[in-house]
Amino acid sequence: MTDTTARTAAPPVAAAPAPAPRRARVRRGLTPWLFLLAPLALLITFTYVPVANMVAYSFTDWDGVSPELRYTGAHNYAELFTRPELFEVFFVSGYYLAASAVQIAAALYFATVLSFDVRFRNFFKGVLFFPYLINGVAIGFVFLYFFQDGGTLDSVLALFGHHSSHAWLGTPVSANTSLAGVSVWRYLGLNFVLFLGAIQSIPGELYEAAELDGANRWQQFRHIIVPGIKPVLTLTVILSVSGSLAAFEIPYIMTGGATGTETFVIQTVKLAFQFNKTGLASAAAVVLLLIVLAVTWAQRRLVPDDRVDLV
Amino acid sequence: MNRRTFLAATAATTALLLAGCTGTGGAAKGQDAEAPKDPAKVSGTITVLTQRTDLVQDGTMKKYAAAFNRTYPKVKVEFQALTDYESEVKIRMNTENYGDVLMIPGVIKKSDYPRFFASLGTRAERAEKYRFTDFTTVDGKVYGQSPIGVMPGFVYNKKVWERAGITRWPTTSAEFLADLKAVKDRTGAIPYYTNFAAQWPLTSWTYVNGSVHCDTGATTKLAEGDPWAQGADLRVGDTLLYDIVRRGLAERDPTTTNWEASKARLAKGEIATQWLGTWAIIQFQDAAKKAGVDPADIGFMPFPAQKDGTFCGVVGPDYNQAVNIHSRHKEAARAWIDWFTDKSGYDKDNLAISPLKDAPLPAVLTPYTDAGVKLIELDDTAGARVKLIDDESEVGIYKPGYRQNLVDLARGARKGSLDGFLGDLGGKWDAARKDTGS
Repeated sequence: MTDTTARTAAPPVAAAPAPAPRRARVRRGLTPWLFLLAPLALLITFTYVPVANMVAYSFTDWDGVSPELRYTGAHNYAELFTRPELFEVFFVSGYYLAASAVQIAAALYFATVLSFDVRFRNFFKGVLFFPYLINGVAIGFVFLYFFQDGGTLDSVLALFGHHSSHAWLGTPVSANTSLAGVSVWRYLGLNFVLFLGAIQSIPGELYEAAELDGANRWQQFRHIIVPGIKPVLTLTVILSVSGSLAAFEIPYIMTGGATGTETFVIQTVKLAFQFNKTGLASAAAVVLLLIVLAVTWAQRRLVPDDRVDLV
Repeated sequence: MNRRTFLAATAATTALLLAGCTGTGGAAKGQDAEAPKDPAKVSGTITVLTQRTDLVQDGTMKKYAAAFNRTYPKVKVEFQALTDYESEVKIRMNTENYGDVLMIPGVIKKSDYPRFFASLGTRAERAEKYRFTDFTTVDGKVYGQSPIGVMPGFVYNKKVWERAGITRWPTTSAEFLADLKAVKDRTGAIPYYTNFAAQWPLTSWTYVNGSVHCDTGATTKLAEGDPWAQGADLRVGDTLLYDIVRRGLAERDPTTTNWEASKARLAKGEIATQWLGTWAIIQFQDAAKKAGVDPADIGFMPFPAQKDGTFCGVVGPDYNQAVNIHSRHKEAARAWIDWFTDKSGYDKDNLAISPLKDAPLPAVLTPYTDAGVKLIELDDTAGARVKLIDDESEVGIYKPGYRQNLVDLARGARKGSLDGFLGDLGGKWDAARKDTGS
């Protein structure tokens, strides 16, 4: 009887592991935030706090230095939108917009050519990218001499027998075209590197297969490269439009906004630091931010950020 | 939840920042920086802010400090040279840390002087000894003192003007234009250099104000009427500048001028004339020496206008030095200002007019004395109001923009007429004058 009972007893079951202590679980959840502490602190301190400050100032009549400032509600915004001449400077941005189209086309061309096997490929990569590394202010000063009466440009043209007395920065059209040209020179390298990187990520087999099927270079470009780099192309267009709306260093250093070269940002800087209207300038900066966001949103609606599928 | 938390945090941060910003409003007010009785007992380290980067770099400022220490042995003087003085100091004015002695930035409202600076004494007592006290007087107390006086005028190359057959200073705008044309036709020099690209030299033309009619109330007139009305000083000056450019008497391409190079070029006779001020004479003389040219070729002449047969020169302060109201060594700071103004020789070293009323004119201005030029000092009672109107209107009579536009207009890079241009300025000015409560 006793034997029977012993045989039918359930075999011993191993103990289930005890649940982890609460503290350990909490600590695990905190770890990512600890790593993010430094970058978040920098981001908040140097980006979001200044932006919040700027938004706050846009509702005041502060002059930038007086101990007193008064809240004036939406008065600065009302003034902005009842002074259409403050927005006429966006016509100047049109030059930079047109220049950025040239810039993207040129960068795309160079990136495509250099993505195929070409002699001295690395040398040309360096040459094209180098201008982007130079400080914007230094570029302004260099090109000031470049465009000077009898300066570098005039000297080079003279070598080819063309003696011009043209004042490159002398009229609004000529000055803005010249400045936009400097901008192309400076930023071409960035676009080029972005495109080249994107192009090089396209699998080589696609080119081989296309070549076997008889596709020429142009057809390879049109049907493989362009679709393949569409996300980067879209991003570049968005950045170019934003950059055109907010052009600053080159016109500021070279002409100070004179002769019809004043951009919206230069105008804003003058309002803040020459006419001591920090409140109004802050409102202008907020409006520019909203314009850029609106344009970016519109572009994203037009060209959705879909995944690339070449296979 | 995240959105609400973020917005709350933003609002709190903003509130804290704004509170901090307005905190200086509660700072001390109406403090005095008294002159020390016994120089040997004054002590402390003071920081002096200056825009003269050249003098700090070449050791000249240290020499002044060493000379100062012969009288005040226990005061240690340190200098901070700021290239972009106005912008940098403006930002520092939002803290307590703007040196012990500083030059008053143009952006500070005169009515705010008592908030930022300690008084140097009453106008009644200081006006007896010093020029320019009105420029820094608020409610009867003086808050700053310029160590030099400056006067606007044309820096010109005497040899070039002589070669053009000109034997005396022009007395009218028409005569001046004729002289520049003679320079162009007979010497090949650029008759007038605008220094358009450097921007700031164009603001000098505002200091024509007062010279045309020998009017000490010229600043008050700006505050009360249209500065560009027919016959007004600014209109006379701006019309002259316009005519110079329109008649091809200025440089061919103003947009790429070079200020530093223009000193040597004027000394060498490639450029004939620039409207600047007495402060520039020594710089052009130095450029002449370096170029191997006789510094005596650098001449200085008044604006081409006379009243009752006499030229007029307007003497005004350069940057006014002041004591930081938060300074822990106000006595030492005051000692430096007094010494620098009275005894340093800074005015002589810069060929400048002394701020002391009984001091003689610098030797470089002997031609003015010989010609019987009358020197006046403008009444600056309305000076603060003029600046307020100027900022509100965004005309910028003390800024380069409007005269760059004027030059563009004259050379055909901008549409419109001179009358229309000056009329627009007058309209903006009038509207701003009314908006700011006149």
